[in-house]
Amino acid sequence: MKKDLKEFKTFPSSVIKEIHRAANEGIYKIRGLGAKRKVPDFDDLVFLGASMSRYPLEGYREKCNTSVILGDRFAKKPIKLDIPITIAGMSFGALGANAKEALGRGASAMGTSTTTGDGGMTKEERSSSKYLIYQLLPSRYGMNPEDLRKADAIEVVVGQGAKPGGGGMLLGQKINKRVAAMRTLPEGIDQRSACRHPDWTGPDDLEIKIQELREITNWEKPIYVKVGAARPYYDTTLAIKAGADVVVLDGMQGGTAATQDVFIEHVGIPTLGALRESVDALKELNMHRKVQLIISGGIRTGADVAKALAMGADAVSIGSAAMMALNCNADLYREDYEKLGTEPGFCHHCHTGKCPVGVATQDPVLEKRLNPVDGGKRLKNYLSTLTLELQTLARANGKSDVRNLEPEDLAALTVEAAAMARVPLAGTDWIPGFKKY
Amino acid sequence: MNFDLNKKKLREVNNYLQNIDRKDNKRKFELSNPQGQHAICVGLKDEIDVTIKGHTGYYCAGMNQKANITVHGNVGTGVAENMMSGKVIIKGNASQSAGATGNGGTLIIEGDASSRCGISMKGINILVKGSVGHMSAFMAQKGNLIVFGDADSDLGDSIYEAKIFVKGKVKSLGADCVEKKMDEKNINELNKIFKELNISEDPKKFKRYGSARKLYHFKIDNLSSY
Repeated sequence: MKKDLKEFKTFPSSVIKEIHRAANEGIYKIRGLGAKRKVPDFDDLVFLGASMSRYPLEGYREKCNTSVILGDRFAKKPIKLDIPITIAGMSFGALGANAKEALGRGASAMGTSTTTGDGGMTKEERSSSKYLIYQLLPSRYGMNPEDLRKADAIEVVVGQGAKPGGGGMLLGQKINKRVAAMRTLPEGIDQRSACRHPDWTGPDDLEIKIQELREITNWEKPIYVKVGAARPYYDTTLAIKAGADVVVLDGMQGGTAATQDVFIEHVGIPTLGALRESVDALKELNMHRKVQLIISGGIRTGADVAKALAMGADAVSIGSAAMMALNCNADLYREDYEKLGTEPGFCHHCHTGKCPVGVATQDPVLEKRLNPVDGGKRLKNYLSTLTLELQTLARANGKSDVRNLEPEDLAALTVEAAAMARVPLAGTDWIPGFKKY
Repeated sequence: MNFDLNKKKLREVNNYLQNIDRKDNKRKFELSNPQGQHAICVGLKDEIDVTIKGHTGYYCAGMNQKANITVHGNVGTGVAENMMSGKVIIKGNASQSAGATGNGGTLIIEGDASSRCGISMKGINILVKGSVGHMSAFMAQKGNLIVFGDADSDLGDSIYEAKIFVKGKVKSLGADCVEKKMDEKNINELNKIFKELNISEDPKKFKRYGSARKLYHFKIDNLSSY
């Protein structure tokens, strides 16, 4: 007989299961990667394409430029990337040395940059990366002036999209001898990454900090300021005021190596809305294209890249997707996923150090599963695919340079996306909350 | 060799000091009229002696390597931040975050140091002849913070393996920081540091503080400490 079951809307089975878990364990869940909840995103936008008033460019024939210059506001040596897709900061510690090397290889093969992370610069990533961005984080793990001078740009990290306002915790199980030595801490203990910088607070101090970094590096290196998507309009304004060459904005879908689930899912705003706010700030200050904007947080396809550029970004940054190109969540070593209580496609166990595919681990046996040369090739292929998709969409909208894509090329499929991205709902001229004068 | 910061731009002075011509014998420099400018003598990397006559702003001697820098005045936030080696002597007082994240070398503050002195220090020796402000040695990882005067509240909060020595009073200790036995080994360590720096002081008058190591692994039983 069919049971007459009606699930509670307020307490569906997934919520009840979590309450039972919390009651048994007395502690929140910690996990890796980004938000799993559905939020308005680039899938909620479409390109209009060419028409009577827009002339398309010939695919496979007419050129469509993808290069971008980053950091020419104050730096003597800005970076010229061949593609507007960069690799986001991910720490050595969270990732293994092979993964860091593979990221460098793949990015360099496509003429783009990769980024260090909490834990400092490894020799593998420096030697494999044509352009390496060196992060200055609150913990200052591994920070030293020699590496600062070796970097191609410096990124002052204020926050990240997965946890704006939160620090980090690299759990002891991932702290082997090398990671511990780079961070000047004992092996095997949990390593807290601070949520605030130790020697500056607020935009006025940041301006002086940036001056110090420029003085140490002869005003050569572009200075990026990375913020999580908390208050993007104001944070972008303040970063510009503080003297940033480049603003990096990370939306709530951005990933992490280990953070409380409640933080990942409930703090920060979606990339789509954050990007709009940040571009508004740049335009109001007449700094759009003078201070470059890199957007990250859930970028997966060439369509995502194209839509981000159309909304006003100069480039995008990818983290989780780059890891996936290295085989994160691939259907390999199934038995090891099962030991973690998960399956390929669902894994977020970066925090455990038991990554089945050898990306987010320091375990020497697991790490061997990622060959850095092969990984680099996969990342190159992935970046190449994104670039081809980006060019295809740009040509379809009549653009000979991907940065000529514009909001007028877009329409929204949902009211929410129309409001957030400030483009009209498809088939209408309606942008919720925006009045035309 | 003298640089007058009233007449020469800081960029030119820093650039000169950061790129010492090793064929040249000039090793002693004096900077006058600093007038509180920020980032003076940052990123130096040679064994040179620099004397600064006056007060400096933020990050004086930041990320220093090998240089000996003496400031005849007070210093702003983050003096000798992330220093790797060398010696920095402050004849006056220091603002907050003195010696922050320092990896090596010696920072001597002859006056007082404000809050968060030695925050996240990673191997530096910091000697404060006066007193230190609240939250000093917060999350300190390695090295020695030696205070000849008093320490304000929450000393050594969330400390890792750094050692704190205080001669005067400690208002309160931070999370996971405890008083530890001052044994023969610690007395010898302090004696060695004092001897190298020509400081005449009795290590036995100091108390030692360090990590209880209870927060090294996240445990729900420690919830009240977080």
